[in-house]
Amino acid sequence: MFNNFFHKMASPKYFYSIAGRLIPWLAAAFVLFTLAGLYYGLIKAPPDYQQGDSYRIMFIHVPAAWMSMFVYMVMAGAGAIGLIWHIKLAEVISISSATIGAWFTFLALITGSIWGKPMWGTWWVWDARLTSELILLFLYLGVIALYNAIDDKRTAARAVAILALVGVVNIPIIHYSVEWWNTLHQGPTVTKMDKPSIDTSMLIPLLLMAVAFKLYYAFVVLMRARCEVLERERHTSWVRELAETK
Amino acid sequence: MNLNEFFHMGGYAFYVWTSYGIALFVLLLNVILPLRQRKQRLADIARIAKRARRNTT
Repeated sequence: MFNNFFHKMASPKYFYSIAGRLIPWLAAAFVLFTLAGLYYGLIKAPPDYQQGDSYRIMFIHVPAAWMSMFVYMVMAGAGAIGLIWHIKLAEVISISSATIGAWFTFLALITGSIWGKPMWGTWWVWDARLTSELILLFLYLGVIALYNAIDDKRTAARAVAILALVGVVNIPIIHYSVEWWNTLHQGPTVTKMDKPSIDTSMLIPLLLMAVAFKLYYAFVVLMRARCEVLERERHTSWVRELAETK
Repeated sequence: MNLNEFFHMGGYAFYVWTSYGIALFVLLLNVILPLRQRKQRLADIARIAKRARRNTT
């Protein structure tokens, strides 16, 4: 039974229709979590005793930075599954993640820069955290460029999966950069072994926004994956029928 | 808290609202682009299918 389910799910046609039904629900959940996160983050949470109201940039910056790494791992993981088991859908999810991941990385870098100016007195420093995150952006851009440079999409997906897997080495470097090197960037206050040192009033909106960003990624990757499925399956009868009834 | 204070953000209005503005732009863009792409693709596929049928009959 389970086998049957996965077999169905991996078929592009079923994926296309199931994803189409999931997207509105995920999008609605994203809006709800975002509104709650913004309410607690911008209105309920008090100003920081050191950073005043500037710290509120964190509610975008930190979830975006988490997503930049999470999406990379999904991209590399799905790429590996596509590489090993030749599952087309895994290739589609992998490449659909690349663009979104690049945008999350861009968002983390730009909001970090805007936060850095009033707090550190500079838009940018070449410290380990910032530099490794910038390398992550280049890895994403490399993946996108390589995929578009190869005409045969299945060959392209294999090449991209290998590049993405090699780039995984950068992920622990980003995560531990603030511990391994003496950086201007602050250390972790949430993802550490003992109790988070961030106050609950600030932790709640941060986690709400983190969930919101996950939901956002979920529905946007499905939207992109549907486009990719249409492109790859454009010669099949179900795609033609679908296109002509629209 | 009044509305003025809220928009003032303790003097960090420029930094905070620029960040939130860019985030809004990026999140909207990534929804709009795939929406348009899907419509475009379906239209292209329909056009090509139509032409192919015309040529065979």
